[in-house]
Amino acid sequence: MTAVIELDRLGVRFGRRTILNDLQGSLAGRSIGLLGPNGAGKTTLLHTLLGFHPPCNGTARIFGRDIRTDGQAIRALIGYMPERDSFIAGLSAVRLVRLMAELSGLPPKQALERAHEALFYVGLGEARYREMQTYSLGMKQMAKLAQAIVHGPKLLFLDEPTNGLDPPHRRRMIEMIQEIRDTGDVNIIVSSHLLRDVDECCDEALILKEGRVVQYCNLEEERKANRKFIEIETHGDNAVFAEEIGKLGCEYALLNNRRIKMVLPEKIEIRQLYEVAAAREIQIRRLDYKRDSLQDIFLKAMESDNSAQRQAAGGA
Amino acid sequence: MAVYERTYRPYSGPQTPERSRFLVLPRYAIREVLRTRMLFAYLMACMLVPLGCAALIYLPYNATFLKTVLEQLGGGIPTFFDWNAAHFFRRFMIPQFFFAFFLVFLIGPALISADMRNNALPLYFSRPFNRWEYLLGKSFVLVLLVSGITWIPGLMLFLLKAYLAGGGWFMDNLRIGAAMLVSWWIFIAVMTLISLAVSAYVKWKPVARLGLFFIFVVGGGFAGILNLTLRTHWGSLFNIGDMIRVVWGKLFDVPEGVSEVPLGAAFASLAVVCVICILLLQRKVRAYEVVRS
Repeated sequence: MTAVIELDRLGVRFGRRTILNDLQGSLAGRSIGLLGPNGAGKTTLLHTLLGFHPPCNGTARIFGRDIRTDGQAIRALIGYMPERDSFIAGLSAVRLVRLMAELSGLPPKQALERAHEALFYVGLGEARYREMQTYSLGMKQMAKLAQAIVHGPKLLFLDEPTNGLDPPHRRRMIEMIQEIRDTGDVNIIVSSHLLRDVDECCDEALILKEGRVVQYCNLEEERKANRKFIEIETHGDNAVFAEEIGKLGCEYALLNNRRIKMVLPEKIEIRQLYEVAAAREIQIRRLDYKRDSLQDIFLKAMESDNSAQRQAAGGA
Repeated sequence: MAVYERTYRPYSGPQTPERSRFLVLPRYAIREVLRTRMLFAYLMACMLVPLGCAALIYLPYNATFLKTVLEQLGGGIPTFFDWNAAHFFRRFMIPQFFFAFFLVFLIGPALISADMRNNALPLYFSRPFNRWEYLLGKSFVLVLLVSGITWIPGLMLFLLKAYLAGGGWFMDNLRIGAAMLVSWWIFIAVMTLISLAVSAYVKWKPVARLGLFFIFVVGGGFAGILNLTLRTHWGSLFNIGDMIRVVWGKLFDVPEGVSEVPLGAAFASLAVVCVICILLLQRKVRAYEVVRS
């Protein structure tokens, strides 16, 4: 698969603060999630790719074009939905979206037509002649999506798209992102600190921490690997039970004297756990079964980065 | 993506040329201006002086009609019709200067502040549209509107006079036409840049208007104090209005009596103001402000 975005030791500094530090990687998914805690550099990465901030070292390429030299051509391919409220006071949604379409190069007639279509698509058809300052937060989010897609971009940057949305609107936003992704014409980058959003919309995730890439994973492959995580709550001698399931080949961790977390190997079935428990007269009072979730991937990435930092500090 | 289908579809239609996209901004802005009744009426009022001047040019060349009217009124053709062209066109510029200043005062402060107040700049700059094109587009709003009440009617009056006078009048007075054109363009450039800079730094429109007003009033006051305390005329370099009038007076070769500052210094003063405004705009007009530490 050809890379959508190639990061080549990309670095960004604001004064003496390093915001992005030697980012390296090749992002090729149809829909890529940018994950990370607050201040990890997700938004700065999007802004740098858009040319808002100049890189202090390295570069990045979008569809093979260098952000240092081809900024204008790159922006012609991108639709951007900013995180913060962005609108022009006194302008109705349809005029704003039309204006943005015209600035992207659409002739006035087509821009007007696409503006109406985009606003209907995001569910603002009835409210499209209202001035945007009268919109609710959720409506403003939808209008921002409309202006991002009105010119039919090849790459869509969505910065915290579900911010401030109530559950039905959030559901609708996620569905729209999935629909746009599934057309196959657009690559999508979703920056979010909400793991659930990324899990539902993306097939790859780039995890950032303190301006560095800590993990880039293919969520589809992770899902296909389908490691079975099990959490068991028992009544009885927990340690003996743990020892027995260890003999079966399960990786386990004792969370306390009643709870065990384990990874179930492919060949072992849950029935065998009950058999071991019965043989040792231990009651299994609760059993939670789940796949390796994005949350696990994210937490592992954060932990492994912390331990790597501790080791580096110890070594120094 | 027909409206009734409500599905997403990419765009594959025609594209406008990149070079002319900045004109989208003045088109939208001027349409908004013309939709405001007050501004529309004001623009109409701005045309009263050029219409009056056109009558003053036209009437002497239709002496029979004029003579009949004036005889019925009991007088002859007054001497003010034997005017000096330089004085006439320079005087025409005085009321238009105030009309144009007030127009800039009404429209200029809202141009960028409206976008900055609600973080609209990232929407512009995430497109194939850079901030210099943005500034050019915003400048064109004022350039087009102010031109409509300043040098365009001035030039039309000049051509009307040349047509009616005939002979070699046009070539003999070409310098006046050129002086008028250059004078107005200097005014437009200075006023546009100052109002854009104020608009970029002050997000609240009424305060931006006050700021624009104070630049001229406070600048003039400061210049006056400098001139008085230091017994010099160089303090006038801080008075933008005076400097514009000095340049106009020298270009028309009509003494203004405002300042003894030489033409070169007045030009330099206005050029410095323009450069400062451009630097301020370059610093402020960005998609996002970055706090550096």
